[in-house]
Amino acid sequence: MKLVVIGNGMVGHKLLEELMATRHADLEITVLCEEPRPAYDRVHLSEFFAGKSAEDLSLATPGFFEQPGLQLRLDVRATRIDRVLKQITCADGEIISYDKLVLATGSTPFVPAIPGNDRPACLVYRTIEDLQAMTRWGRESRIGVVVGGGLLGLECAKALHDLGLETHVVEFAPRLMTVQVDDGGGRMLRRKIEELGVVVHTQKNTLEIVDGEAARHRMKFADGDHLEADLIVFSAGIRPRDELARQSELGVGERGGIRIDNYCRTRDWDVYAIGECALWRGKIFGLVAPGYEMARIVAAHLGALLERKQTSRLSEFSGADMSTKLKLMGVDVASIGDAHGDTPGSRVYQFSDERRQVYKKLVVSGDGKQLLGGVLVGDAAEYGTLLQMMLNGIELPEAPEFLILPSSDGKPKPGLGVDALPASAQICSCNNVSKSQLCEAVGAGATSIVALKTATRAGTSCGGCVPLVTQIMKSEMKRQGLAVNNHLCEHFAYTRQELYHLVRVGRIRHFGELLARHGSGLGCDICKPVAASIFASCWNEFVLQAEHASLQDSNDYFLANIQKDGSYSVVPRMPAGEVTPEGLIAVGQIARKYGLYTKITGGQRVDMFGARLEQLPSIWEELIAAGFESGHAYGKSVRTVKSCVGSTWCRYGVQDSVGAAVDLDDRYKGLRSPHKLKFAVSGCTRECAEAQSKDVGVIATEKGWNLYVCGNGGMKPRHAELLAVDLDTPTLIRYIDRFLMFYIRTADRLQRTSVWRDNLEGGMDYLKDVIVHDTLGIAAELEAEMQQVVDSYECEWKKAVGDPHTRRRFHHFINSDAADGNVAFVPERKQIRPATIEEKRTRLGRIPMTVEME
Amino acid sequence: MSYRAAKQGWVRVCSLADIVPDTGVCALVHGEQVAVFRIGQRDLYAIDNFDPIASAAVLSRGLIGSLGERIVVASPIHKQHFDLRTGECIEVPEHSVRAWSVRLGDEDQVLIR
Ligand code: SRM
Ligand SMILES: Cc1cc2nc3c(=O)[nH]c(=O)nc-3n(C[C@H](O)[C@H](O)[C@H](O)COP(=O)(O)OP(=O)(O)OC[C@H]3O[C@@H](n4cnc5c(N)ncnc54)[C@H](O)[C@@H]3O)c2cc1C
Ligand code: SF4
Ligand code: FES
Repeated sequence: MKLVVIGNGMVGHKLLEELMATRHADLEITVLCEEPRPAYDRVHLSEFFAGKSAEDLSLATPGFFEQPGLQLRLDVRATRIDRVLKQITCADGEIISYDKLVLATGSTPFVPAIPGNDRPACLVYRTIEDLQAMTRWGRESRIGVVVGGGLLGLECAKALHDLGLETHVVEFAPRLMTVQVDDGGGRMLRRKIEELGVVVHTQKNTLEIVDGEAARHRMKFADGDHLEADLIVFSAGIRPRDELARQSELGVGERGGIRIDNYCRTRDWDVYAIGECALWRGKIFGLVAPGYEMARIVAAHLGALLERKQTSRLSEFSGADMSTKLKLMGVDVASIGDAHGDTPGSRVYQFSDERRQVYKKLVVSGDGKQLLGGVLVGDAAEYGTLLQMMLNGIELPEAPEFLILPSSDGKPKPGLGVDALPASAQICSCNNVSKSQLCEAVGAGATSIVALKTATRAGTSCGGCVPLVTQIMKSEMKRQGLAVNNHLCEHFAYTRQELYHLVRVGRIRHFGELLARHGSGLGCDICKPVAASIFASCWNEFVLQAEHASLQDSNDYFLANIQKDGSYSVVPRMPAGEVTPEGLIAVGQIARKYGLYTKITGGQRVDMFGARLEQLPSIWEELIAAGFESGHAYGKSVRTVKSCVGSTWCRYGVQDSVGAAVDLDDRYKGLRSPHKLKFAVSGCTRECAEAQSKDVGVIATEKGWNLYVCGNGGMKPRHAELLAVDLDTPTLIRYIDRFLMFYIRTADRLQRTSVWRDNLEGGMDYLKDVIVHDTLGIAAELEAEMQQVVDSYECEWKKAVGDPHTRRRFHHFINSDAADGNVAFVPERKQIRPATIEEKRTRLGRIPMTVEME
Repeated sequence: MSYRAAKQGWVRVCSLADIVPDTGVCALVHGEQVAVFRIGQRDLYAIDNFDPIASAAVLSRGLIGSLGERIVVASPIHKQHFDLRTGECIEVPEHSVRAWSVRLGDEDQVLIR
């Protein structure tokens, strides 16, 4: 069977995934994709501005389109369908024939027919190219306007706001988000958004766009008002792309959309339509979940045809629940089911708190037993519970109002325990994952949210179901007797996070005390370094003082990185990669004197390898005399702050990135943490310091600094995400203080910020709430804790070489001045390298032997 | 314990105070490298210093701890655990090392053979 799919958007791609999962030998698929790249995650399009690349957003797994039987044509638009000859004509004239055809052409943003709507810098918000254009024009703009105050319009407004533009929203209707929320909710939403600095204009009918006086454009309104702007984005709804269906007379609705039946077939049974271009019982579904459902239905239908099976028992499309939960400009907004109370006889409960700016509404059936819908603005914590109650027809409690009322006595709400959900309850609507599938995956070993996502794909699209998925996972683990055991090790029945709190709250300063009060046994190589790290983060005492020395990993014990042969490397701090000629010469002289191998590291500093244990103190004495400090290359601690040259020298730089990097390095040097921490500062958006791959990345803007967090290079690269924009330097420091201390408080052992972030319930929005909006009320505490660490900094190596007790430990033998005979070097490329075992054997004529045991 | 080592007598390597509690040091005994560990105040253990898995003389620099009833050191290179009483390598028993005899002599001198 020759199948042609027109459109490789989110839904078209879902269809391909479903079809490829059940390989049909005689299925040949050609995909026509008008865009220059295969399908990407449009739902998370806005994350492009937070640093995600087109690749990050891609939905096609590597190698997907290399599978046999699948052919992808990029940059190819279908222009004509000939249903009689069963042929498709492409824009470049090529003709492709089909047995079956699927239209997955999506929709286009609706641009109202306003004269002047085609002026330069008048854009839409749908594709990656649209966003690139927005970034380009954004650089030359001061004021941005979004036409349309719906869901997408507000998301777009946030993007403009983040780009640093003065942002306005112009809406035709009297309130925002007319479709999803009611008057009360709309009012609250508007208040909150205006507080964030976005100007909202409702009941404005734009007549034309002309040249502006102070800005590029002037928008003239029907009421005589006008508004000037440099950049205009139209987001006034979507229009299904049904032009091919019109041309080939497939049947479209009055207001557009390709008519389909319950199997997503058009009136020509060889042609299907799915996703946003399809019209089912007079309805277009502008969300991804119903589109995915259509894709699954068509895949099953085609599969049955291929296998010549009955199609009558296949599942049919039966509409979709259009409930949504979003975070718009940091404001939670949710709309469930019949949000407007249109059901005859329905009753409404409303709650509104002007001070906390929360609005909630429930719509219940006339008999008070069923939940029909609801609206939540400002706090949507109950969304998952309410949605499941509605979808599964769970009977409401006696007084349903308590579901949305804040509890005055601190008692938990009459929530819906996840146990009350039927096994068939669909938990993730985007990926059609039921409660029972989740429970099964947990049983098969997926006992972390990351593993569960990988196993079931739940939570991987819009993310709205993640809190509920987490609850189900935990309850299922408990039910299966899988104690949610995240104990650190056999000596401590606590997580790292819990130990941290025990140490802080109990003011515990030594391992002996910690073990006696909260642990058992002697400790081990897992809990000792964790305890050492926690003590250092909390109290910052010298890591080698008697009580702490025995807890340190070998690297920390000798303040150097052990190498494969038992020799060590030495890395002095070189903040921002800046080093004076004198400094370089000193490093060179020391390396030459001790015969060390030298190398420039990937962290913008110099590493010297091949030092013997007993040489370390004198090497460091000389480095300290030359003005260097420990680089902590050995610790789970702050490593480097990389930087580019910045505005001092570079013709593009807008801020002094080197100066900022030196200051950051100076502030956070020596800070110990659950895993190593890397920073970088770039002087402009060209980003030569690669700040977006760091735990903490800072990028200069015209107005200050953009702060990115939770990036990672290494084994599993991850782009950092934008936490806050245009910060002045003191605010930047405050946010970094809070971020680092919050990470140190809550992360697991050896968990980089990237992995920590991936496991953080509530994700980036939650992190912003804690760091920027201080919703937990701990910001001042976190800053004070960081200040204590900063104030108590001392160079460890300086302390070590000055302390005779510590120095005594730097000998290979306790009873001899001889050196370790196992450490031997041979020359290579004019420097040394460790001798191989064979080389040692021939050179030394002596290798340690294993003697038989008696 | 090896036959050859046993034939040679006790060697005094250092005094107890030279070993920081819960850490190890390396001693040269009859030309061989021995890792000597002090647990708490007066408990001493000794095994080969050479880590046969990493081929480096480093075991004295590992972290000490307990795994169940066993007292172990974790190699600083790749973290395999060696039983301090027997020298057995818990993860890779074929790479076990020798255990040495150790005791406290007069004036808290550490003796090994
Ligand atoms: C020396 C250096 C390689 C070089 O010659 O360039 C290096 C060397 C080591 N790296 Fe690295 N890394 C070095 C830059 C990097 C970078 C690049 C950077 O920082 O810009 C990365 C990727 C960025 C990142 O971390 O996100 C990097 C990712 C790793 C990882 C993987 C971390 C991850 O989260 O995936 C490890 C393993 C680990 O930490 O668990 C690692 C571990 C190591 C260790 C410590 C392995 C070990 O335990 O023996 C190496 C010992 C170095 C030594 O003895 O001094 N190194 N390592 C670089 C030292 C930079 C410095 O000045 O301190
Ligand atoms: C900024 C933004 C945020 C969103 N947020 C959410 C959200 O939070 N939750 C949610 O559920 N939904 C959200 N959506 C909607 C969601 O992205 C869409 O429902 C989904 O992408 C629809 O998929 P589709 O495949 O039908 O259409 P599309 O993804 O638009 O794909 C259609 C593809 O077909 C191509 N095409 C069209 N005609 C032709 C032709 N003639 N020849 C070749 N190719 C053609 C188009 O170029 C396009 O690539 C959002 C959308 C946007 C733009
Ligand atoms: S990449 Fe691997 S081998 Fe190279 S320095 Fe980093 S850790 Fe060592
Ligand atoms: S509901 Fe969208 S990802 Fe689960």
